[in-house]
Amino acid sequence: MTAQPLLDIRNLTVEFATRRGAVQAVKSIDIQVGKGETVAIVGESGSGKSVTSYAVVRILDRAGKVAEGSISFSGIDLVTADEAQMRDLRGREISMIFQNPRAALNPIRKVGKQIEDVLLQHVQATGATAREKAIEALTKVKIARPEERYDAYPFELSGGMCQRVVIALALACQPQLLIADEPTTGLDVTTQKAVMDLIVELTRERGMSTILITHDLGLAAAYCDRVVVMEKGRVVETADAADIFRNPQHPYTRKLMQATPRIGMSLADLLPEASSGPPAQARAPQAAPAGTEPLMRVENLVKEYPRPATGAFFAKLMGKAEPSSPPFRAVDGISFDVARGETLGLVGESGCGKSTTSMMITRLIDPSGGRIVFDGTDIGAIPAKQFAASPQRRRIQMVFQDPTDSLNPRFTAERAIADPIMRMSTLNGRDALRARCEELARLVGLPVELIDRFPHQLSGGQKARVGIARAIALDPDLVILDEPTAALDVSVQAVVLNLLEELKLRLGMSYLFVSHDLNVVRLLCDRVIVMRSGAIVEQGTAEEVLGSPKAEYTKELLTAIPHPPA
Amino acid sequence: MNDMSQAKTPEVEPVPALRFEAPPSTSLWSHARHVVSENPVTGLAFALFALILLAAIFGPAIVPYDPLASDTAAALQAPSAKHWFGTDQLGRDIFSRVIAATRLDFSIAVFSVALVFVLGGLAGVMAGFFGGWVDKVVGRIADTIMAFPLFVLAMGIVAALGNSVTNIILATAIINFPLYARVARAEANVRRDAGFVQAARLSGNSDWRLLLTQILPNIMPIMAVQMSLTMGYAILNAAGLSFIGLGVRPPTPEWGIMVAEGASFIVSGEWWIAFFPGLALMVAVFCFNLLGDGVRDLVDPQRRN
Amino acid sequence: MLRMIGARLLTTVPSVIGVIIVTFLLTRVLPGDTAAYFAGPAATPQAIAEIRNKLGLDRPLPQQFVSYVTALVKGDLGQSLTTGQSVISDISARLPASAELTLVGLLLAMAVALPLGVLAAVKQGSWVDHLCRIVATAGVSLPVFFTGLLLVYVFYFILGWSPAPLGRLDVFASEPPRITGLLLIDTLVARDFETFRSAFAQLILPALTLAIFSLAPITRMTRASMLAVLGADFVRTARASGLSNTKVIGTYAFRNAMLPVVTTLGMVFSFLLGANVLVEKVFAWPGIGSYAVEALIASDYAPIQGFVLIMAIMYVALNLLIDVLYGVIDPRVRLEG
Repeated sequence: MTAQPLLDIRNLTVEFATRRGAVQAVKSIDIQVGKGETVAIVGESGSGKSVTSYAVVRILDRAGKVAEGSISFSGIDLVTADEAQMRDLRGREISMIFQNPRAALNPIRKVGKQIEDVLLQHVQATGATAREKAIEALTKVKIARPEERYDAYPFELSGGMCQRVVIALALACQPQLLIADEPTTGLDVTTQKAVMDLIVELTRERGMSTILITHDLGLAAAYCDRVVVMEKGRVVETADAADIFRNPQHPYTRKLMQATPRIGMSLADLLPEASSGPPAQARAPQAAPAGTEPLMRVENLVKEYPRPATGAFFAKLMGKAEPSSPPFRAVDGISFDVARGETLGLVGESGCGKSTTSMMITRLIDPSGGRIVFDGTDIGAIPAKQFAASPQRRRIQMVFQDPTDSLNPRFTAERAIADPIMRMSTLNGRDALRARCEELARLVGLPVELIDRFPHQLSGGQKARVGIARAIALDPDLVILDEPTAALDVSVQAVVLNLLEELKLRLGMSYLFVSHDLNVVRLLCDRVIVMRSGAIVEQGTAEEVLGSPKAEYTKELLTAIPHPPA
Repeated sequence: MNDMSQAKTPEVEPVPALRFEAPPSTSLWSHARHVVSENPVTGLAFALFALILLAAIFGPAIVPYDPLASDTAAALQAPSAKHWFGTDQLGRDIFSRVIAATRLDFSIAVFSVALVFVLGGLAGVMAGFFGGWVDKVVGRIADTIMAFPLFVLAMGIVAALGNSVTNIILATAIINFPLYARVARAEANVRRDAGFVQAARLSGNSDWRLLLTQILPNIMPIMAVQMSLTMGYAILNAAGLSFIGLGVRPPTPEWGIMVAEGASFIVSGEWWIAFFPGLALMVAVFCFNLLGDGVRDLVDPQRRN
Repeated sequence: MLRMIGARLLTTVPSVIGVIIVTFLLTRVLPGDTAAYFAGPAATPQAIAEIRNKLGLDRPLPQQFVSYVTALVKGDLGQSLTTGQSVISDISARLPASAELTLVGLLLAMAVALPLGVLAAVKQGSWVDHLCRIVATAGVSLPVFFTGLLLVYVFYFILGWSPAPLGRLDVFASEPPRITGLLLIDTLVARDFETFRSAFAQLILPALTLAIFSLAPITRMTRASMLAVLGADFVRTARASGLSNTKVIGTYAFRNAMLPVVTTLGMVFSFLLGANVLVEKVFAWPGIGSYAVEALIASDYAPIQGFVLIMAIMYVALNLLIDVLYGVIDPRVRLEG
């Protein structure tokens, strides 16, 4: 760190005007960023990390304002600078890139034009040279065929490609400071690596300073020099990236760090020392002894969707049959077993067919081919529409990805948990039902007094528990977990993962765990299946697949995960 | 179809939401008080609505004059203490007629909206939930109605079916059908594959039960907003039809026809004959529109925190 | 682009078929004797029978439909009993009057509504915003025939600024040679500025009435979609890259905000064409709306049917135009069309 920091945030407090009066989103924080330094600001939702960056660039929305403190950039006070001066700095000296790159670009303007806009605004190009310079910017972010891409609209580009364009836009005027706000959230892990590597390469090359805002401590440690940890609007700790995992000082950092899944940890390690979680158990493969019939056997499962044929209408009108393009195979003939009592991980990037597979197994959609044999019966043969009435229905349940979306906003937690019991069991009477719901709530660690609340009155973690209670209400044999923690903060994720593991052992269920997060899969699963483009790339025990992968694709996935020091 | 929806973005909101603590519970009533206190105009709308309702129920019983009794000696009198809104060319008391007309105008709006709410709402929900041929048929019907300028279609329907209040109600319901069917369809369609509906499927609910317990209750608030927003339009539409001589016949007191009767006197300066019924119409429509906004604030879960 | 237009053109086919079927049905579902309706109130039983035979009402429905469509293709919408002319010639003679009124009304409305809506969104919470909300709520609550009468009372009776609300030209002016049928244009072409002034003076009040009526939905939609766009991520990116306000609001926000507004225009046209009928009645405007109203009063059915059909066909065409306009603004539609 140099003597004179490039960006010096002192005693900054940001307030938002709300219905209940002013709320401080950021409370007296100090952050310094030196020239050429890469600093991560890490925190969970509501920590104030994004607000801090908006305050620096002064793009806080109408309700927010800097209440106290100073932000100085190269000696300029950004809090008091006039708007014209700020406009000059934005994009030329300080640039930002955002999460959700597709939305960050003007949907109806060619991407090349959008880069030109910035160049022309900051007089980095003239009308004559703008196009050339924009293409040069696209080339720098390693976009293939930049002349063609210049004329593309954002909707014609992939998410990763859009993020490259956003980076090109941000770096077009050679700024001194880049603020990246969750730049890879929502992108696949291999794309994430490519984008992060690109950012680091370009900023190092130009001696730029970078602020990386992220919820992912692993990402921060892997790519940054220093890490600033924020909690509820305050900076709780600032340390070198190398030190923060080894020697976290603040209790919150410790909790956050611990909750981040890493190699060589057990599930119980994710929880804070103080908590009275389930006894730490060494994970041992829990697959049933060889020779017994698996709980579920999937054979040659296929799901096809007709391709949206463009111009089919014309063809029909002209009386010509369109040369029928083969249907799109979302799942392309996969086979696997789920043993009794085991947790099977199903991993892959977006579009690999893992969700389609889980929907077929839960019998929410019909397969196009193949068999799903569950405990001796081919349930794939029962149409999804009729499966609700099948006796097998209660034995296969699911925990959904988004706890909010999976609860009916008009049902109380109790009503949600009771729904399967009322439909599919012989349990009768209001009192018996209530007693069962309370028992389930206790089982999933949901305070019993909360079960009369509606979803909007519950926190994310509590909603996740309600969803789990509903899934296990009828003692199912197989529970499909569809990214059950993807929408949760890491500390909540740690608790939920432990709960799931404990419940499995207690109730003797099998899990099919669908996830894109290999670190989580490693913790929870006995065996792992890796999918790509509808097919299985590799399957085996978790140790084999994640420890010594054979398939190229698995290796690629594994190296793409940012590895925080163990 | 694929895994596009995975990896939800965990953070976007700038205002800190404390995830670890559950938000405090709020009742509908306290929220209603909040909505009214934040926007007093909504309170005004509710008060106006009560007034209109009273006039519709008790109007004919409490008016000072018989709305149909003519008195040629007192024709074309300007507003005075005796005749608050003046008298028309036949000497009828306009105040009495305006108040007495409330019941008819209000009933036309209520019945037509109720009719289209049931028909359009049901058709739309089924189209959105079941898809397939139901969706195609409902969509085709809605598209065909939408292919007409709506008031013109209403004119055509009333002209064809015959000049009666029932047909005005029917025509108003028909031209609003696409609106209701589309809203209900869209809402049912987004919820069809929502997590909670899938979860209810896994709980062993049949399709019809899903529709009744999961989809419909969640759509009702949106449809209620739709209803209060279209009430004003329904009144305007009915008044417009009777203004050009369709539906209600003189001497029945009805706002649209009263404005039509007063229209020819405007150019000679007897403004009150057309003005007061027009004003009543405007106030009623204004009230329903404000009410619609108020109801939307009340049921919009985004605004409840 | 051409492909998009072609594809969109095809989707209007079912709409047109639907419109024709509905107008056909509207004639046949008449309660009571259709022929009696068509013959008019004063017809003898013999005349009614003659008309029944002439209209083919004694034949089966499908056959009637075929002859109905055949007549349509030939441009035959029947005879008007009141004017004694064919409906198609009546309507084509009166259509320019309606078109001129509607277009001027719409242009007036857009000229006020778009800037107002944009300003209200950009300066959210300011007096412009409040004005915008008042305009939007009051505008949709005003019965269009009532607005018209109020304007007449104020500007004709009290202030005496505008001429009597009786048609397109005052009695002393003579109509210019017909080119487009739009008086404002025809008088200019004929360099007859006196008549132009007269036509303009007659037009301004009814056009204003229509404008006030359609102001509300356009303003409301412009404000709402502008607000949504100003909160969008790409506007944040544009701001964070230091683009000037003019660029951010003009190039980035406004063009995107126009997409839903253009869609709303379809709805606005639906309202406008209906409101047109009422305004024409108030101002004795010799357009197709007042033609239909006169026919209604005389129970002259063929003109009403023709009017409904022509209005619907025009509306379908307008929607087609709006979709093409949408494609011009939005590359997503254009390229995937």
